[in-house]
Amino acid sequence: MGAEFLFQGATIQRLLAGLGVTLRISLISVALSVPLGVVMGVLFTRKNRVLRAVLRVYLDFIRVMPQLVLLFLVFFGSASSLGLNFSGEVASIIVFTAWGAAELGDLVRAALEAIPQSQYDGAFALGLTSKQTFARVILPQALRSLLPPSVNLVTRIIKTTSLCMLIGVVEVVRVGQQIIDFNRFDYPMGALWTYATLALLYFVICWPLSLLSRWLEKRSSR
Amino acid sequence: MTRPTRPQSAPAEAATSATPVLELRGIRKSFGSNVVLDGIDLAVQAGEVVVLVGPSGCGKSTLLRCAIGLEQIDGGEVLLDGSVVSGAQRDQQARTRMGMVFQSYDLFPNMTVLDNVTLAPTLVRNADKAQAEERARALLARVGLAEKADAWPNTLSGGQQQRVAICRALAMDPEVLLLDEVTAALDPEMVHEVLQVVLELADEGLTMLIVTHEMSFARAIADRVVMLDGGVVVEEGGPDFFEHPQTERARAFLRTFEFHRVGR
Ligand SMILES: Nc1ncnc2c1ncn2[C@@H]1O[C@H](COP(=O)(O)OP(=O)(O)OP(=O)(O)O)[C@@H](O)[C@H]1O
Ligand SMILES: [Mg+2]
Repeated sequence: MGAEFLFQGATIQRLLAGLGVTLRISLISVALSVPLGVVMGVLFTRKNRVLRAVLRVYLDFIRVMPQLVLLFLVFFGSASSLGLNFSGEVASIIVFTAWGAAELGDLVRAALEAIPQSQYDGAFALGLTSKQTFARVILPQALRSLLPPSVNLVTRIIKTTSLCMLIGVVEVVRVGQQIIDFNRFDYPMGALWTYATLALLYFVICWPLSLLSRWLEKRSSR
Repeated sequence: MTRPTRPQSAPAEAATSATPVLELRGIRKSFGSNVVLDGIDLAVQAGEVVVLVGPSGCGKSTLLRCAIGLEQIDGGEVLLDGSVVSGAQRDQQARTRMGMVFQSYDLFPNMTVLDNVTLAPTLVRNADKAQAEERARALLARVGLAEKADAWPNTLSGGQQQRVAICRALAMDPEVLLLDEVTAALDPEMVHEVLQVVLELADEGLTMLIVTHEMSFARAIADRVVMLDGGVVVEEGGPDFFEHPQTERARAFLRTFEFHRVGR
């Protein structure tokens, strides 16, 4: 068959360890993005023009930059210009948090702006304070429309962390390459099998998220 | 639509002596250079139903929004039971003494009908949850929606939603209820069920300030009619306003409805 190497030695364990790094970077970034993104989204809906302009520039900057450029910028740029020495993993988390927060901030903004003024007026007329209105009326509605695209964002972050290997992070794709290199002469078809395995791993992680997003979508349009 | 004479109908002489539940004094409001309200005086006595009419865009909604504090007023004052509640000292407490139902269905879609009705009493008044629910169910039963307590708002018809919105406002026991064209967004066959509820509330003595374009309803429910135009009150009278308008502007306004009838 030519795929026996996958089951020899610690190959599988090494791949899973790489997947662990992928998920660690993704999940820490997502966990940091959520509070930052919510704060950013709420600030976005404030009347303050300067604040909105600053946030808009930040969001657009993050969006137009390829993630790889951001990774190089933080990993190499910060070391040479600021004298900071981030590990590849820390640099990755910084970049994916900055990206996730910006995208999530924009999603939160859109979700908040989609709520009609009549909801605020209705709550006001009932005597709710603005805090009570936000917590009990506005936020629950925003979350509903926010969840499906947020889950999609998590999927995008997980997939994009494969770029981290280019700044020396040994995540799952990098592990795959090491395995291919190691088995190059004994298993000519090794690359194909390894990449197929990587594809399967990503599929197992991301497909349920995609299903979850679709289910949430259906539920939110109820 | 008919309405028996209410026992507590405020007689004219009593109306002048008692302190009004709601009093608007010299309310002024502009949006930019657009002067919408140019000194409005209006008083609603306890148990009285005042209907506010006037051409589209004359500021009826704005006046109600100013009364409850949804809009900042540029001049004048709002009084509840004789004390000023407008301005900086308008607090949550004063706001809860007035209720308002809007034209758009503004039920909270993220909670059931019952939770919509109990939210404010439990949150703002710290009412006991079980008691609030009992009260809410009684209110819903009264508007014929007892079996909808656990339904989600978007499964209800527009007319049902508006009846729930009325219950939601009533759950706070407002001293005065403001209704802003509560049937304007409804399909014609649902208008009646909502107006019937309002009519019953009037018969039970609820104090209300009502904006409506439903002239037959206005005629049936009004103790007093106030017509607004050009930022001022142009005419004020009893239910005979509709038969015998005093001013040319009121006559012209009422003719616009006759025209609609003929044209239909
Ligand atoms: N938030 C706002 N900003 C600017 N202008 C406003 C605002 N709200 C109302 N207006 C203006 O104030 C005027 C009165 O509006 P309002 O909605 O109070 O009229 P209305 O009598 O309720 O009319 P309708 O019968 O059509 O409901 C209109 O000219 C409207 O354009
Ligand atoms: Mg209006």
